[in-house]
Amino acid sequence: MDLAHSPADEAFRAEARAWLRARVPSEPLPSLETAEGFAAHRAWEAELAAAGWSVVNWPTRYGGRDCGLMRWLVFEEEYYAAGAPGRVNQNGVSLLAPTLLDHGTEEQRARVLPSMATGEVVWAQAWSEPEAGSDLAALRARAVRVAGGWRLSGEKTWSSRAAFADRAFGLFRTDPDTPKPHQGLTYVMFDLRAPGVTVRPIGRLDGKPAFAELFLDEVFVPDEDVIGEPGQGWRIAMSTAANERGLTLRSPGRFLSSADRLHALWADRGSPEAAAARVADALIGARAYQLFTYAAASRFLAGERLGPESSLNKVFWSEYDIALHETALDLLGAQGAEGEAADTDWSEGYVFSLAGPIYAGTNEIQRDIVAERLLGLPRGRRR
Amino acid sequence: MRFLLDAEQREFARSLDAMLSAADTPAVIRDWSRGERAGGLALWSRIAEAGVFALAVPEAYEGLGPRPVDLAVAFVELGRHAVPGPLVETVAAAALLRDPGPAKRFLPALAAGESMATLAPEGSYAVDGDAAALRLTLAADGLRLAPGHGPVRPSLDPARRLTRLLPGGELLVPDPSADRALRWARLATAAQALGVGLALLERTVAYVGQRVQFGVPVGSFQAVKHRLADAKIALEFARPLVLGAAVTMSPADVAAAKVSACEAAYTTARTALQLHGAIGYTAEYDLSLWLTKARALRTAWGTPDDCRAEVLRGRA
Ligand SMILES: Cc1cc2nc3c(=O)[nH]c(=O)nc-3n(C[C@H](O)[C@H](O)[C@H](O)COP(=O)(O)OP(=O)(O)OC[C@H]3O[C@@H](n4cnc5c(N)ncnc54)[C@H](O)[C@@H]3O)c2cc1C
Repeated sequence: MDLAHSPADEAFRAEARAWLRARVPSEPLPSLETAEGFAAHRAWEAELAAAGWSVVNWPTRYGGRDCGLMRWLVFEEEYYAAGAPGRVNQNGVSLLAPTLLDHGTEEQRARVLPSMATGEVVWAQAWSEPEAGSDLAALRARAVRVAGGWRLSGEKTWSSRAAFADRAFGLFRTDPDTPKPHQGLTYVMFDLRAPGVTVRPIGRLDGKPAFAELFLDEVFVPDEDVIGEPGQGWRIAMSTAANERGLTLRSPGRFLSSADRLHALWADRGSPEAAAARVADALIGARAYQLFTYAAASRFLAGERLGPESSLNKVFWSEYDIALHETALDLLGAQGAEGEAADTDWSEGYVFSLAGPIYAGTNEIQRDIVAERLLGLPRGRRR
Repeated sequence: MRFLLDAEQREFARSLDAMLSAADTPAVIRDWSRGERAGGLALWSRIAEAGVFALAVPEAYEGLGPRPVDLAVAFVELGRHAVPGPLVETVAAAALLRDPGPAKRFLPALAAGESMATLAPEGSYAVDGDAAALRLTLAADGLRLAPGHGPVRPSLDPARRLTRLLPGGELLVPDPSADRALRWARLATAAQALGVGLALLERTVAYVGQRVQFGVPVGSFQAVKHRLADAKIALEFARPLVLGAAVTMSPADVAAAKVSACEAAYTTARTALQLHGAIGYTAEYDLSLWLTKARALRTAWGTPDDCRAEVLRGRA
């Protein structure tokens, strides 16, 4: 049992730190959820990629450094400690890329991954539908076979950043006559600017167009944009590198840096006793998440498959994130009239944190998974 | 970096678990609470034979240590089986007795399990002062060997008997490393609390899987499942803090481990009681032994507030 990084990993950390300290924009970029901010984040992504820092754990031939999971964790610690901007291609990098690495063809990887790494093509996830949220398998948008490909029709919703993104990946029903709803689904990539696609931005809680509805009317998709075998979409979506996803959707670096910023804010406000316990809990929670992730990464590197354990950390980080931001807003408000508007970083972070228990599988669904698959409790009548 | 227990450590936990499973600890606790110590002492010897106390004692004094990670692994098992007696205090005493004179005089017997120790600041309660052969008081002028103890008072946790130590006695160490002892005590308490929480969760999962109401096991109700899922989440995030603290032994890491393991165990205790219904609220049912221990450990060797303050000091 060991918490020391190897000298080589520490050298990697130093290299990342030096680059980030020199290049991270001194002023925060405008909000990622605005057209202006999106463009600025895309430019930052290109700068990261040019120096080889945008997808460090990917294979070198697609723009990464092939540096492994531990170094990715180290990089993320440095990235957030440096106060670097949020990542514009989060969905592509954490969901589509692992799917392609596991189930895509070499042609697809070579075509899709390098432009994702540079932020030249930003991806949106088109899974949810108006009638298919937690019950995703109830989805109805369909793909119909035509010469050389498929035609997509139907409606997708809550698609993050689709208002500004270029392409999307999602699940479509290709066989309406299967006995079970999970069968007959196909995983496809499509162009958000293709004929037949209408993107309607949706304002999130603060009005910013952070997600969108997609209306698809006979949108043509060539065969080479189908991932895996037609009809196997559910299996592919669910195994979307379940292992890494539990580890890489939210890295501890982000929370370590937020907890440090919260501690600094508290000290700056005169270390009010009334908030001490909550600030301490934020520090403790970030450390717990870091160590939990190190343990999971160590098991993963030792060859263990990580499955339903990722539901533990989904619930943990999402609730942690809200508590941390609430504490920050309370501290800002405690000093008089400044209130929520005082610090856009904290208030933007707060709005984002509120969605954590809803997206990526609601926390109720995650708790069911913990109860049934990790604790072995009996399934109830639901579903 | 490899933040994983090795095969030997996992085997150590498994063998302790097997030994303690066979020991009928609930019966041992019930005797202990009445001052009948034969069962407890026999169990103590077996725990010592397995090497547990030796992990806190340096090799120079017939120990195997100091090895905090292995000690934490062992204390999780002691907590899971609710072993009674001044376990944490014996470890803390071993961490205190660093000067060659007292170390040579007392540590070999502690490592071998021949004597138990208890330890308290002057004027406060010491756990199991009646059972301990080595009674240490942290007085204003140093570490003293207490000449005796006052009357025994019951604790909410029947496995802990509280006594005040008599003032005075031989001055053993004028300038003891109290901080070091506190870190070891908190680490051992945190690990023990984690074990208590894991046992409470395990027992409750088993119970709700077989208790039928409305024609189905109550464990199939989502309101029940979700409380247990939350307990699982809290415990699984306390575990790495406990092991991480054992690796670094920094005061802030140890305090963080203590507060989160004890909070996780305590909320699990509340869940366990609620989900057992009335039977959980009886002294006769064994669950009570873990429920009350979770409460007692929460404030032993530092309240949650004390520990949080230590965490904040670590960042100052
Ligand atoms: C900020 C944000 C970004 C998102 N980005 C994307 C994206 O990029 N792409 C995409 O495809 N989707 C995205 N989503 C959608 C997200 O995946 C869904 O919101 C989520 O799956 C829940 O579905 P729903 O909103 O329809 O809620 P519903 O499924 O309607 O659930 C409503 C409530 O009922 C509860 N509930 C439902 N079923 C059960 C059950 N069996 N047991 C207990 N409780 C239950 C839920 O937990 C929830 O509390 C995003 C959502 C948000 C908020």
